[in-house]
Amino acid sequence: MNKEEYQKLVDEFTPKEKKGKNAVIAFVVGGLVGFLGQVFVTILQNSFGVEVTESYVWLCVTIIFIASLFTALGFFDNWVSKCKAGLFLPTTGFAHSVTSSALDYRRDGLITGLGSNFFKLAGSVLLYGMISGFFFAILGVIIYG
Amino acid sequence: MASKKLNSVYIKDAFSIAGPVEKEGSIKDYDLVMDDYYYRAKTFEQAEIRMQRVVIDNLLRKNHLLHSDIDLLVSGDLSNQISVSCYAASNYNIPFLGVYSACASFVEGLILASELIETRKKANAVCVTSSHNLAAEKQFRFPIEYGAPKPSTTTFTATGSVAVLLTKEKTDLRLESYTIGTVIDMGMMDASHMGAVMAPAAAKVITSHLQELNRSIDYYDMILTGDLGCIGSKILKEYMKRSYGIKMSNHTDAGCELYLKSQEETFAGASGPVALPLYLFNKILKQKKPKKILLIGTGSLHNPFLVNQKLSIPAIAHAISLEVIA
Repeated sequence: MNKEEYQKLVDEFTPKEKKGKNAVIAFVVGGLVGFLGQVFVTILQNSFGVEVTESYVWLCVTIIFIASLFTALGFFDNWVSKCKAGLFLPTTGFAHSVTSSALDYRRDGLITGLGSNFFKLAGSVLLYGMISGFFFAILGVIIYG
Repeated sequence: MASKKLNSVYIKDAFSIAGPVEKEGSIKDYDLVMDDYYYRAKTFEQAEIRMQRVVIDNLLRKNHLLHSDIDLLVSGDLSNQISVSCYAASNYNIPFLGVYSACASFVEGLILASELIETRKKANAVCVTSSHNLAAEKQFRFPIEYGAPKPSTTTFTATGSVAVLLTKEKTDLRLESYTIGTVIDMGMMDASHMGAVMAPAAAKVITSHLQELNRSIDYYDMILTGDLGCIGSKILKEYMKRSYGIKMSNHTDAGCELYLKSQEETFAGASGPVALPLYLFNKILKQKKPKKILLIGTGSLHNPFLVNQKLSIPAIAHAISLEVIA
């Protein structure tokens, strides 16, 4: 049996992932996170008189704190693996990846372990986020002046 | 020829420790169980070192042996530089060989130790293996607390350690012959589908063993593979049928049987070098039913760096035949 024939055999026995179901779960959960965020922001603006831009900063910090705390308490990974893109794409996923890496290496030294591995997963998001930010900023200047 | 018959190698005793998920699985009476993954150590890696030391100490104590009574210690595990085995061995004044063939390490160890015993007038050896779910997750996959979505083909690294005492003196468990496998690469790229990576290597070593020793598959009461998992087992059966025309009705996979179906977090079943000996010594040999068993250790020789460099994953499998006398 050659490699192509073997790949076909493997495909026959490999269960198909339920993409539709995953997409619906991600849509609902991601939407729910967005909805709760909006509620939080609206309360901050209306009841506490926080300015619009400042309220979004508070929201971001709060989400990062909650996701990191839940990760450290040990149950957030189960939520993420069940809700998939609904939780690992928004800010929650970013915080989750950083905290989980930090937890893994906390005993391997503050520099050699925690420091070096802190952005193990999130590093790509940061790097390519910054690079694309730079180019979009240039584009923005060119288009809008 | 990679096969050889053995005349005077016996298994005298074994000692196992199983992890927190394993003790809830299909086997309830392990020698020792762990309540948590730390096992009173600071880190998971150190817990695994401690597990190996505990099984070796208990095996020696149970058989009233001193370090100086053992001629060889052969250990293997999944950690980088097999450091768990090396650190565990540093506790003993016993000549040591470390082996790595991923999850086939246990069978490789048995083969090496058997060869030493076979060629000497009087000898005994201890073979050890271990794996730790969270230490393996950290090394091979994602951070432990990171909830990466996993496909249903994923296997779950078993936590546990087993030490086996091999001797020249007769017991009712005889190692009868072995076959050293070849490294097979069928172009599989998916590190979360280890069963598919390893099945062709298992098939190759089974057929080489049967051909070289001039046996049919029915010679054995049971072909026990290590950690193909439930999906990998199906692939192996079909592959054997299509490629070699052999129907495997006596096949069992330790990885597929170690957990209960209700343990959803284990996906396609157990993996890790410890899956095979955990299931063999705590379930199969306690049943006393199959008399001729062909043990197939299956190892996916994958390395995260080379997977990232888009190389396909090679696999190995070794076979050793075990006879239950009386």
